[in-house]
Amino acid sequence: MDELNRGGVAELAQQLRNKKISAVELSQHFLKRAKADQHGSFLQNGFNEEATFRQAREADALIAKGDASPLLGVPIAHKDIFVTQDFVTTAGSQMLNGYQSPFDATVVRNLGVGHGGAGMVTIGKLNCDEFAMGSSNENSAYSVVKNPWDASRIPGGSSGGSAAAVAACVVPAATGTDTGGSIRQPASFCGITGIKPTYGRASRYGMISYASSLDQAGPMARSAQDCALLLSSMCAPDLDRDSTSLDIAREDFSKNLMTPLKSAGKNGALKIGVPHEWSMGTTARGKAKQIDESISLNISNALKQLQQSGAQLVEIDLPHAHLAIPVYYIIASAEASSNLSRFDGVKFGHRTSSPVDLIDMYKKTRTEGFGDEVLRRIMIGAYVLSHGYYDAYYLKAQKIRRLIAKDFEAAFQACDVIAGPVAPTVAWKLGDKADDPVANYLADIFTLPASLAGLPGMSIPVGLDGANMPIGMQLIGNYLYESLLLNVAHQFQTITSHHTLKAGGVV
Amino acid sequence: MSTKLVQGYEVVIGFETHAQLSTQSKIFSRAPIAFGAEPNTQACAVDLALPGTLPVMNKGAVERAIQLGLTLGSHIAPKSIFARKNYFYPDLPKGYQISQFEIPVVQGGEVSFFLNDEKKTVRLVRAHLEEDAGKSLHEDFVGMTGIDLNRAGTPLLEIVTEPDMRSSDEAVAYAKELHKIVTWIGICDGNMQEGSFRCDANVSVRKPGAEMGTRREIKNLNSFKFMQQAIDFEVRWQIDQIEDGQAIQQATVLFDPDTGETRAMRTKEDAADYRYFPDPDLPPLVIDEEWIARVRSEMRELPRVMAERFVRDYGLPEYDAAMLTQSQQMAVYFEAVAKACSQAKLASNWIMGDLSRRLNAQEMTFEQMPIKAATLALLITRIQDGTLSNNAGKQVLDALWVEGGDVDTIIVSKGLKQMNDTGALETIVDEVIASNADNVAQLRAGKEKAFNALVGQVMKASKGKANPQKVNDLLKIKLS
Repeated sequence: MDELNRGGVAELAQQLRNKKISAVELSQHFLKRAKADQHGSFLQNGFNEEATFRQAREADALIAKGDASPLLGVPIAHKDIFVTQDFVTTAGSQMLNGYQSPFDATVVRNLGVGHGGAGMVTIGKLNCDEFAMGSSNENSAYSVVKNPWDASRIPGGSSGGSAAAVAACVVPAATGTDTGGSIRQPASFCGITGIKPTYGRASRYGMISYASSLDQAGPMARSAQDCALLLSSMCAPDLDRDSTSLDIAREDFSKNLMTPLKSAGKNGALKIGVPHEWSMGTTARGKAKQIDESISLNISNALKQLQQSGAQLVEIDLPHAHLAIPVYYIIASAEASSNLSRFDGVKFGHRTSSPVDLIDMYKKTRTEGFGDEVLRRIMIGAYVLSHGYYDAYYLKAQKIRRLIAKDFEAAFQACDVIAGPVAPTVAWKLGDKADDPVANYLADIFTLPASLAGLPGMSIPVGLDGANMPIGMQLIGNYLYESLLLNVAHQFQTITSHHTLKAGGVV
Repeated sequence: MSTKLVQGYEVVIGFETHAQLSTQSKIFSRAPIAFGAEPNTQACAVDLALPGTLPVMNKGAVERAIQLGLTLGSHIAPKSIFARKNYFYPDLPKGYQISQFEIPVVQGGEVSFFLNDEKKTVRLVRAHLEEDAGKSLHEDFVGMTGIDLNRAGTPLLEIVTEPDMRSSDEAVAYAKELHKIVTWIGICDGNMQEGSFRCDANVSVRKPGAEMGTRREIKNLNSFKFMQQAIDFEVRWQIDQIEDGQAIQQATVLFDPDTGETRAMRTKEDAADYRYFPDPDLPPLVIDEEWIARVRSEMRELPRVMAERFVRDYGLPEYDAAMLTQSQQMAVYFEAVAKACSQAKLASNWIMGDLSRRLNAQEMTFEQMPIKAATLALLITRIQDGTLSNNAGKQVLDALWVEGGDVDTIIVSKGLKQMNDTGALETIVDEVIASNADNVAQLRAGKEKAFNALVGQVMKASKGKANPQKVNDLLKIKLS
């Protein structure tokens, strides 16, 4: 069974096609693991065995008919920010406790059984920060998620349940969503691989909106190869349901995985841009103290290995990247304050028990239904959009957002991908920053710029620190260059074994 | 612009009209639109704002906005922006309304119309696309409010004018003209009872030449009659206030048709901060020249263009052309008659005169016109060729209106054929001259009136059938 646990998406699919195991057997196996998981990755009410086995039986029937789709019958679990017909959807919030969606998110459909989906079987729903707001998963209304590498630490967020479940081999793959780093940072903290595609690649339909102009779905797994397989099924135009969906045909993101780095660049050898503002390794300049030394060291080593594989390193400038934190927290909060207005107790979700009047119903419903961080961001958002403040905050933030995107545009003239840290630290201790929202926000410094620019970004494991906590390296690509990111990541993973390391105690 | 003063005050009116666009489905979802359906049966997940749902623009709504812009000579914005207007209300499912705020799709343009033969022009500020809210039902529930979201997401075009109108008459004439235009081009069914065409009037008064007065906005005027009553009441109320030394407070008011009065709903102090910002779920609405050209090519001829053509091709006076293009059915009818009888002005006179009068008397519209265009054309031809006198023509029309049938058959069966035969007429004229010697004598003595009496005698003797022109001519010859 150990082999099954550690099996990647591609391997499990192979075993299914070879009839070494059935989808029903696989589902039983992983469902059992998920229910016994001690890290709190899954939501307690996030299971529906009947639905899981129904999907598995359908997958088995298709396999029996000779369907050789690459993901058919492989188990997956979804971040509870995606609405699902077969499972309760809570978005990690009391506001949606017990909420049943009448439809599946497009991403869930694209990956799932039937409707032309990839045929993956849903094990259940994964814990996350409430409405995807947070960097530690401590903002879930349901339970704390523990990092499988050290149960006293956070798994990262907001896709913390997804990262922890994959790292603990409770499922071979999971979906996540990334608004300001919510796939990349927990992937980094839990030692797995995750990718956020270009904004608009994955449909946002059925992904409960936090910040509409930033939210993107992406896969989280234990290798770049698995991520490529998953992303190929997740991403497809969804123009009838999502106006921000890109009108770009499905792509096979696995197609370039084997390209050697010496020829992966647009002009021959892959050029990796290293922003000197992010000060590390070979190009360290200035503020190195902001980043844990072990992180700089491991990233520097990883870059050297890439260099040895044929890549070239070039120094680039991202002069406005350091403004990403205020810009992000203004724009994301503004959008969130409006996106979350629909949770008013009128149509669905929580409603306070005995309001005296309409205003009282709104106030009590929302105060009871939302957690502190959500309330905080709604207040920030309402403030920055208010009459008289709009120009100074929201409008200015939008202008700087364009400057950040232009920085990347210029940088990609000189390089093919950008590499740097995912976060300035490894996963911190549970409770460490729980009372300090600003400290939490500051930890997003390296993931926010790509989010604001709408660029694809990923995190790959590059080693462990002195406390045996995983360190991730971020790769940022130009628009629609996901396959190049995955190519670089896969090439790295073929010459290194960081991604195969397992947290102690994980069997 | 001639300005009619009320008690020495100039009235200033601007309009905001919400025209519900006649699309099959909603502006941001694929749910159907039907008035009067069971509550909450015409609302889908998107309309209910269920978690995870997103808006997708209905191109049909955009095309209708383009049509209005082309009709009114407006600028169609190549790029316009949808914004969110944030406020909480139970019948607003998302907690915000998607509307165009800073950059609307239709910019500028004008509406021209006649008021008592005088041509008026009202300038438009803009027309923007937005979604309607649902309905709160207070009557049917005790201690509770019902929410019907069938209307939520229905596409609206809000058409905003400059404060160019100077009387309630002018305001109503503008509203009627706009109503005609939107129904003519088919972007709105114009049903005011069902709320498909709702007007808000911004009313203020000032002494001539003074700064603009403070305005009050009368909401939801859903009939032309109420519009006039409401504005007239509001104008008198504002003048009374000012005359009493009171200042006008900017406010939103409602008109109560039962009392004929307006009353304030909310004042500017309670104005909400809607926290407008561009909707991040909807990219800018991009309209290129090709799209505009395609919409233009699919549009029916506009009333303004048609009226100009009527003047040019048929030699009609501008007033006639404007009146005939009040409704599409009337215009099409006119053109068919004019073409068939080659007597455009006569056709216009009959349509605007007798036919319109009869329709109005029976509260019918041109769609219900019982007389075919070809039939009226033949009637006019028969008058023109002398077969019928004008009076006899009206008798034929009476018969056609009531019993239907064929013009020539009616002329024969009712014996209305005009007497044109010179020989027969001469006989009657000779008899009349012979038996009315005193009239003849008076005429010879210079009394012109006596001539008319002789004509009358001939007409009487011919039982009204003699062609009056010929009678005149014959009498003149015989008595000269």
